[in-house]
Amino acid sequence: MGLFNRMGIVVKSKMNKLVNKMEDPRETLDYSYEKQLEMLQNVKRGVAEVTTSKKRLQLQRSKLQQSIEKLDAQAKEAITAGREDLARLALERKSSLSTQVLSLDTQIAELEKEQEKLVAAEKRLSTKVEVFRTKKETIKAQYSAAEAQVKISESVSGISEEMADVGLAIDRAENKTEDMKARASALDELIESGTLEDFTSSGDDIDRELAKINAQSDVDNELARLKKEAGK
Amino acid sequence: MIIRISEEGQYQVPSSLFDELNVIDNRIVELVAGGKEEEYRAELSKLLSCIRSKGKKLDDTDIMESDVIVPPEDLTLKEARAIFAGDGLLEG
Repeated sequence: MGLFNRMGIVVKSKMNKLVNKMEDPRETLDYSYEKQLEMLQNVKRGVAEVTTSKKRLQLQRSKLQQSIEKLDAQAKEAITAGREDLARLALERKSSLSTQVLSLDTQIAELEKEQEKLVAAEKRLSTKVEVFRTKKETIKAQYSAAEAQVKISESVSGISEEMADVGLAIDRAENKTEDMKARASALDELIESGTLEDFTSSGDDIDRELAKINAQSDVDNELARLKKEAGK
Repeated sequence: MIIRISEEGQYQVPSSLFDELNVIDNRIVELVAGGKEEEYRAELSKLLSCIRSKGKKLDDTDIMESDVIVPPEDLTLKEARAIFAGDGLLEG
């Protein structure tokens, strides 16, 4: 079975959870409409959640940026005072913080994308819900006709599919924000305790060692530059 | 034939395209099984571009059920695996 069919099953099983069939098809219409409004609320909540997470990361980013500037100033001061060891320490910390900033930038960009996606989904769904509302009243008014039954099941399935799909988008966005929230609070703790290690780095031991060497040479270069500037 | 690209919208696509899409779909299945992340992403993106370029996007006011639903562009290999395992799109 291909990815198409699997994906279809995922969405359909979500649909079944959203809309159950009532005995009177007119009830199905009303029930389905209620669920749609609920779903729209969920999307709005999802957007708000993503926005909050994004703000938090942006705040962290500016905190880190401030620390970087402070460390920069400290390094300069240390060089002027002839304390190369202190300057090196400050620059090493700065290098580690800069890595964190880069990683935060990626995460912020990711959340930005989620936010845009959910806003678009909200717009799409709310248009459909509005159309459904009008349609539902028409169908109900002419319910005696046998074809109304068919119309009902067509429009209910159509909109349930949209709802299920939006539901999946929300679930995925929530998963992502949860993940980032956990990382953000880990970072908060580290900033608090002042023991910033590069915990975001992924990859294997070799990657980490290589990254360390790179960071080391950055520190060496910057140290040399500062010394030159200070005329020492 | 109506195809939904998950998290994006629905497209009216000529039925003749189905075989072509099916070939890509089969390739995706192999790549997911083989754990080839980059190639999987490339194939998925090819699949979606094919639908977008050869299909006509349905209006938001259209309420219709799709014949086929394809995953969103940013579906990770891990998520694709979860779908194949029958666990749904999200683990846990």
